[in-house]
Amino acid sequence: MTGPDMTGPDMTGPDLTGPHPGMPTYLGMPSFPVAAAAAVADSQLRRNLAHATHTIREKRAVTVAELTDWEALRAAAKAIKDHTLANLDTYLLRLEASVTKAGGHVHWAQDATEANAIVTDLVRAAGADQVVKVKSMVTQEIGLNEALAAEGISALETDLAELIVQLGHDRPSHILVPAIHRNRAEIREIFRREMPDAPADLTDDPAMLAAAARTHLRQAFLSAQVGISGANFAIADTGSLVVVESEGNGRMCLTLPRTLISVVGIEKILPSWRDLEVFLALLPRSSTAERMNPYTSTWTGITPGDGPQDFHLVLLDNGRTSALADHTGRQALRCIRCSACLNVCPVYERTGGHAYGSPYPGPIGAIISPLMRGVTSPIDASLPFASTLCGACYDVCPVAINIPEALVYLRGKVVDAKREKHFSPERTVFNVSAHVLRSPRLLGAAQRAGSLAGRVFARSGRIRRLPPPLSGWTETRDVPAPPPESFRAWWARTRGAGR
Amino acid sequence: MRIGLFVTCLTDTLYPGTGRAVVAVLERLGHQVDFPAAQSCCGQMHFNTGYRREATPMARGFTGAFSGYEAIVTPSASCASMVREYYPALATEAQDPGLARAVAQIAPRTYELSVFLADVLGVTDVGAYFPHRVTYHPSCHSLRMLRVGDAPLRLLRAVRGLDLVDLPDAESCCGFGGTFAVKNADVSAAICADKVTAVRQTGAEVLCAADNSCLMHIGGALTRQRSGVATMHLAEILACTEGAPT
Repeated sequence: MTGPDMTGPDMTGPDLTGPHPGMPTYLGMPSFPVAAAAAVADSQLRRNLAHATHTIREKRAVTVAELTDWEALRAAAKAIKDHTLANLDTYLLRLEASVTKAGGHVHWAQDATEANAIVTDLVRAAGADQVVKVKSMVTQEIGLNEALAAEGISALETDLAELIVQLGHDRPSHILVPAIHRNRAEIREIFRREMPDAPADLTDDPAMLAAAARTHLRQAFLSAQVGISGANFAIADTGSLVVVESEGNGRMCLTLPRTLISVVGIEKILPSWRDLEVFLALLPRSSTAERMNPYTSTWTGITPGDGPQDFHLVLLDNGRTSALADHTGRQALRCIRCSACLNVCPVYERTGGHAYGSPYPGPIGAIISPLMRGVTSPIDASLPFASTLCGACYDVCPVAINIPEALVYLRGKVVDAKREKHFSPERTVFNVSAHVLRSPRLLGAAQRAGSLAGRVFARSGRIRRLPPPLSGWTETRDVPAPPPESFRAWWARTRGAGR
Repeated sequence: MRIGLFVTCLTDTLYPGTGRAVVAVLERLGHQVDFPAAQSCCGQMHFNTGYRREATPMARGFTGAFSGYEAIVTPSASCASMVREYYPALATEAQDPGLARAVAQIAPRTYELSVFLADVLGVTDVGAYFPHRVTYHPSCHSLRMLRVGDAPLRLLRAVRGLDLVDLPDAESCCGFGGTFAVKNADVSAAICADKVTAVRQTGAEVLCAADNSCLMHIGGALTRQRSGVATMHLAEILACTEGAPT
């Protein structure tokens, strides 16, 4: 794979192959089935995904099984998040007061545009034209790097995988392993092409690739005036923020620059430090299958003479209150972005993240994007259907989000949004079939008609071709021919008419 | 015990042999089985595809057809899950207290076949004989919605002559997902390809499951490839005896 191939003849998505297109916005993405078809055909992507997801899946199962109180932890996490979300107004104000008291500044952003404008103004005020970034989902969500670039400010991703994605001019395809779709030969090529200080004899040896990235980032860490982060948790009682990462590069960004700006979704709040314990047990085991997280950075406002002396917290809504208002959808706001659901998902394992049209891929992305953005665009209207409803995601979710329930619920919203609007062949089929399937008499008549048709069209008991859209099935799978006699007909013939 | 057979629309229409097998097994165990002819479809396909309103009349039809039975037995973990897990929500959504009361009565008495045999009746040896190499695919809804546990495997292990082989990566989905198989045909086929590979690795003659929907899916790929591997519902294997081996 030489990049996310979104430029096939049947693709209507943004062109990602230009010289420096940057991170494109996700608007205008094709629907999931169209994007997924390209991914399914990509042999390198399929191999990388199968290997990575199975490895993490198995390790997670082992480390989770070590804890005898996993289900109790999971129930506690769910309860803490539900309580916090139900009292979000109280805790948000408490957080604002705590951060302010600790010497930080709090800004409120209703959407991506507002958040990007706030951050841009803050960077300008600091007199900087370059920022270093901690890996963060929320700044991907709002397209911060592109917004800063448009104002002449360059943002450097310092997480190794995010750096690979940034230098490769593409998009992350996994929450935790953003470059899961790349192999080391591709990474070597990206470094040689895009990293001016890469050694001339750079090989695809992982240690050498990491060393090249370290050298490249070191100068940026030492010279950066502004660091930008997200946060995994925000503690309302004290105003402390928490970032959980594996490399230590995040900690460099959080401690070295003079100014630190953290963009945080409003659902990231925990009431108190006591609550954090539960999540620091659940998150590493769920995401990287580690018993303890390697680098857990916490900070509270500013500390004179130590670390950033200017701290700004940007609290972001961007569709979260819409999700919160939804009785079934609000459970998605419990998500702690561990990506356990991605790693067990049969669909994600075959498509990777790009097809999901947002930084949030996999099962959680299939519910959270339509909840935050609505179901009007082709990609958002198709996401709730991008699941077999196998339930593996719900089983592994550390905050017990019933993703299958939310998916089925959102499918109803998609269908309802289209009702009364225009003629839909699918709706006609489902209306007619609903009449047939709820009437034993009509079902019996349909079965008799099917038996006749089966005798005409089937070969050795199988039907090998059906017209669209059912051809999607028969391209790779046979359909059994209807038998000469349905069960209902057999029963009536041999046992009488029943009651 | 007065047992109502909920055969499901798919089995009724495409796999009548499974329905006959359920009747045979239950009657062999000395139970009286009735097939209420007023039954049709549980509405899962409509519900799961977003046509929730259209599913409500089907839920009413189901509760009407099956009122008065001590046990409702079905050869589908998926349809049993629909009744047990989603009917209460459907009744609430439809603001139909009558339906909610009927569901509260009927849903807990609706059993998937293997659960009914192994856990409700407490029988694992149903007197079956099936001298073949068999592998078992635990369907997602049996595993993660209905949580039937190892009930199907306990029943299969008690079948005389049967050589049960483990299916690699058994708990992975087959990619069916109802209308998913058509709406996302490429992904569905890709998932199915891996399941078929796993089935063929076992060297089994027969792939068994507790849901004809998954068997229709995996079986459709197995016959397309002329793999020679047959698919059989659990009930059909349990119905086989030395006197009537197929």
